[in-house]
Amino acid sequence: MKQTVFTIAENTPLNGRYSRLVLGGDTSAVTTPGQFVDLSLPGFFLRRPFSVCDWSETSLTLVYEAVGKGTTALRTLPVGTALDVLTGLGNGFDLSKAGEEPLLVGGGSGVSPLLGLCRRLVNAGARPHVILGFNTREEVILAEDFFALGVSPTVTTVDGSFGIRGFVTEGMTISHSYFYTCGPEAMMKAVAAKSPVSGDLSFDVRMGCGFGACMGCSKATVNGAKRVCKDGPVFQKEEIVWDD
Amino acid sequence: MGRLSVSLCGTELDNPVIPASGTFGYGYEFASLYDINCLGSFSFKGTTLKPRFGNPTPRIAEANAGMLNAVGLQNPGVDAVIREELPRLREVFHKRVIANVSGFSVAEYREVCARLDREEQVGWLEVNISCPNVHGGGMSFGTDPILAAEVTRAVKAVTAKPVLVKLSPNVTDIVAIARACEDAGADGLSLINTVMAMRIDLKTRKPVLANVTGGLSGPAVFPLALRMVWQVSKAVKIPVVGLGGVSSAEDVIEMLLAGASAVQVGAANLKNPFACKEIIEALPAVMDRYGIQNLKDIIGGAHG
Repeated sequence: MKQTVFTIAENTPLNGRYSRLVLGGDTSAVTTPGQFVDLSLPGFFLRRPFSVCDWSETSLTLVYEAVGKGTTALRTLPVGTALDVLTGLGNGFDLSKAGEEPLLVGGGSGVSPLLGLCRRLVNAGARPHVILGFNTREEVILAEDFFALGVSPTVTTVDGSFGIRGFVTEGMTISHSYFYTCGPEAMMKAVAAKSPVSGDLSFDVRMGCGFGACMGCSKATVNGAKRVCKDGPVFQKEEIVWDD
Repeated sequence: MGRLSVSLCGTELDNPVIPASGTFGYGYEFASLYDINCLGSFSFKGTTLKPRFGNPTPRIAEANAGMLNAVGLQNPGVDAVIREELPRLREVFHKRVIANVSGFSVAEYREVCARLDREEQVGWLEVNISCPNVHGGGMSFGTDPILAAEVTRAVKAVTAKPVLVKLSPNVTDIVAIARACEDAGADGLSLINTVMAMRIDLKTRKPVLANVTGGLSGPAVFPLALRMVWQVSKAVKIPVVGLGGVSSAEDVIEMLLAGASAVQVGAANLKNPFACKEIIEALPAVMDRYGIQNLKDIIGGAHG
C-alpha cells in the first residue's frame, strides 16, 4: 500500500451508468490484477474503493458506476484534478492457478478488474475465455477492450438486447481450467455453483478504511472472519461461506 | 522530557497523541507505513472474553464530516490477543499500550482485565462501558452511574495497572457517570465514545446499517466531545483522555485546553493512515504559533 497523489487524465462517461477514469501517477504499489485503490474525494469523509481495471507504470484506469453521492460527484471532476489515493490495496487474483484455459466472468462494473487480468493472462500464454454480463445493450462496456487483447468475449444481457439473453451462466458452456469472477454476489454464487472447478471471486462491499484497520468489511469464511479489504477482496471458491 | 510530553496516570508519554481503539487494529497495518513508536501510546482493538465476529454487514456508513460504524467489537478474544497479537505488536511497538476491554457482564470485564493485567506490555486498561453497537452489554453499563461504578470497582479489584473508564456521550448527564467512576476508584477517564446515530438509504427506504444504528465519529462530533471533556475535567480530579473527531494538531491543543491530559485520534486514522504521525509532526509549529512552550502547561488552560 502506498499513499500518493494522482491527477485525473481522463474522466469519460462510457454510457449512462459507467465511466472511465484514467489517473496519472506512481502506480508502483499495484502489483497484480484484482487489487484496488481508495480515492479521497473532495467533500466526502470516507474514501471510495475502486478495482483497478488496468494499469501501466504511469497511469491507472478505473471503470466506475455512479451509485451514490460520492461516485456521482466523481463524474463531475475535471481533467487535471489532483486526488489523494491509497494504491496497491488488497490481495488481487492468483494468476498461478489459471491453467491453460481460464474462464473470466464479469457482471456490470465487475467486468473492470477482469480486463487487466485478461491482459496479463494472455501475456503469460494462457487462452482465457471471457463472459461479460449486463442488464441491457446500453450498459455494455469494455467488450472492445477485450477484443483488442485478441479475446472474443461472450456478452449476455438480461433483456436479450445484445448477445445471449439471460445471465452470465447462460454463457458458461465451455470447459475451463479455473475461473475468475467479479460482480454481484448472486451472480458470483451462481458462477461458482455452475463451474466444476475452483476459482477466484472478487467481492465488492462497503468499506471503511480500505486497508485493514476498522474491521468494517469483515466477511465470514471457512477460515474464520476475513477483512475483504486486506485479506481479500479476492477469495477462493472453497473459502467462501454464502450468506443464505 | 520534550515539549510535547504529558503524563497519563503517572506514566510519561512522549506526546499526547494516542490512536483510539477500533481505528488502529493491533498496529501492524500502520507499522508497515511508518514507525509507530512516534505515538504517545495506542489503544488496541476492544477485547472481549470470547472471539466475536461482530454485527452483520454493512456496518459502515458515511456522514457529513464523519462516519458511522456498527462493527460490534469484532476481536479474536482475550486469550488469542495475549497469545498472538501482543507478541507481534511487541516487534513493532516498544512502548506500553492501552488495552481496551469490553464485556457483557461485570464478571466478563473482571476476567478479561485480570488476564491482561499479567501482560507487561499493557500500561493501562481502558474499560469500554460505552460501545453503542452491542446488545446486552457495552453501553448499558455506561449509561447508569450505579452499573458504571460496579464495573469500575470489579476491575480495580483485579489489576494494579491504572484503569481508564471510557465513557459514552449517549447520556443525559455525563458528569454524574464520570463522578461515579471516580468514586469507584477509576484512575482516569476517556471520552467520548461514538454518538448513537443512523442513516437511511433513499433507494431502499431502509437503514443503511444492518444493525440499524451505529456510532457517529469524525470531525462532526468534535465540538460535542470537547464540551463533554470540558464538563468532566472540571468535575473530577483524575486525568481525562479527550477523543471525538480529533483530526489536527490544533484539535489536540483545543482538547488539552478543555482539560484533557492526552488525546485519542480515531476516525481520522481511517481516512488518512498517516493522521497521527502528521499531527505529532505538526504540533511544535502550531505550539509556536500560539505561544505554547510545553503542552503540559496548557492542560485545562481554558477553565480559568
